[in-house]
Amino acid sequence: MASPDFEHLRRVATAVRRSVISAIHHAGAGHVGGPLSATDLLTVLYFHELRIDPADPSWSDRDRFIFSKGHSSIALYATLAERGYFPTDELLTFDQSGSRLQGHPDMLVTPGVDMSTGSLGQGLSPGLGMALAARLAGKDYRTYVMIGDGEAQEGQIWEASMVAARYGLDNLCAIVDWNGLQQYGWAESGEQPEDRMNPLVDPAGKWRAFGWHVVELDGHDLPAIVAALDEARSTTGRPTMLIAHTVKGKGVSFMEGDYLWHAKPITDEECELALAELAS
Amino acid sequence: MTAGAEAGSEIPLRVAFGEALVELGALNDRVVVLDGDLGNSTRVDMFADAFPDRFFQMGIAEQNMAGVAAGLATTGLVPFVTTFAAFATNRDLDQVRMTIGQTKLHAVVVGGYSGIQIGRAGKTHQAIEDLAVFRAMPNMTVLAPADATETRKATFAAAQDVAGPVYMRLTRDASPVLFGDHGEFHVGRGVVMRRGSDVALISTGVQTTRTVRAADLLEAEGVSVHHLHLHTVKPLDEAAVIEAAATGAVVTCEDHSIIGGLGGAVAEVLSERCPTLMRRIGVRDVNIESAPNEALLEQHGLTPRHILAAAKEILGTW
Repeated sequence: MASPDFEHLRRVATAVRRSVISAIHHAGAGHVGGPLSATDLLTVLYFHELRIDPADPSWSDRDRFIFSKGHSSIALYATLAERGYFPTDELLTFDQSGSRLQGHPDMLVTPGVDMSTGSLGQGLSPGLGMALAARLAGKDYRTYVMIGDGEAQEGQIWEASMVAARYGLDNLCAIVDWNGLQQYGWAESGEQPEDRMNPLVDPAGKWRAFGWHVVELDGHDLPAIVAALDEARSTTGRPTMLIAHTVKGKGVSFMEGDYLWHAKPITDEECELALAELAS
Repeated sequence: MTAGAEAGSEIPLRVAFGEALVELGALNDRVVVLDGDLGNSTRVDMFADAFPDRFFQMGIAEQNMAGVAAGLATTGLVPFVTTFAAFATNRDLDQVRMTIGQTKLHAVVVGGYSGIQIGRAGKTHQAIEDLAVFRAMPNMTVLAPADATETRKATFAAAQDVAGPVYMRLTRDASPVLFGDHGEFHVGRGVVMRRGSDVALISTGVQTTRTVRAADLLEAEGVSVHHLHLHTVKPLDEAAVIEAAATGAVVTCEDHSIIGGLGGAVAEVLSERCPTLMRRIGVRDVNIESAPNEALLEQHGLTPRHILAAAKEILGTW
């Protein structure tokens, strides 16, 4: 694998974040914090890790990617557009009638979307199926699934975690975008009285106990993301879980770490401020 | 072998399914089977023995199983998702809805023990709402074969004639073989069991056997019976239903709730197209205890005698 051009990856991530802000501002509503926390991970996946061909989205030997935290769809769409799956202008159709860019990813209409998601906790299981299918067909494509830390509260995530380990699927890599915040959460559940952090403790220990290889990393540190994906690819006999510690709303100072930015309209003034911060 | 099963013999639908899957698996290497730890009940153990590399034990985790099937199906494989109908319907409903139904993927969800005759296990394991639930789901084809012969044909049709998601309900206990191997089986097309002019009986699944007996009883009393069997509940053969309604009186018969299943589907069509007096034989919106089959059929009004009584009541001759 070619060594990455981190300056280029940084520019791409900034462009994706700008697209997220512009699209949600234009749409008048939508999820913001989660898309921004996932952006650096998506950027490294689509511009470094995944074996894909935007001109042939259904290429049978492509690496698969499932964005289980489907409510953050705008980040996936912005990344796919940046990667050349469809024009960036199309992002302004997000959530509008007739758009290929539905509120939650729809594999039937959006080029590059490998699995429909939206109802949470469901993405890891189809990824497991794709990984099993690769093994059965003797193909070397890899399958990647990104989940949110909130949806790891769903039991199905743990069903899938048990079965993926049982089958020793080392061609499967899951990534948790661990921003710690969800839509509303639990009051006073963390270290600070009102921080509303996900109470699911020691995720690394949990997934290790389920039989996964686990890597913890800073989900905004591009070289760390590349290194973790390298480690996943070289791990044999079991699936790998990357626990990527991230910041909800990353990149826009007044959105960072505030659960209220999970989903809400962006005003004209907020849009201007956010794009100014993301100009550099 | 189920193929060529003798009319009059009794074979559980699950056994016919298990044998058909092995036959299908030999002809079609895209067929894979997922098991929710019930393989020696649903009889996919036969497939596991024949094709161990295409059999995936998923454990007691149906939600994951449905999602895994979706992932397999994206690569062109045809997964059969097998468990009891109660769990195939209810435990993984959201997973089937989003990752199989909404994606239009070609996966076959098989409810192994449907209806009320599920081996004295009681209401937790009875499936009396599966037809209603899957019929309401866009893109689904819903199959309910009546006997071993139809089960074999439905299994092949689900894999080879349908392009999208399928739900198929089967049963646990031995059922009479009604059909010879040479009959036609077309998804979405009803089977006219007999033609008549006084009353129409419309049945599905294994309840068709008891409906055949009811038709015999009615004919013996001089009633001319039209009997339509629908092995496909969705898409519904509306033309055949409307043809049956020409009798002016319709009784639907199913081992399922009277709400939303065959009775609901027929009522929807007839009330819009040609309002017809109806009675619905089925479970009347109650939960059911664990008891021997014959006792349950009697308690919940599913016997041939109950069908006969409903027909005569609607004809005003009871």
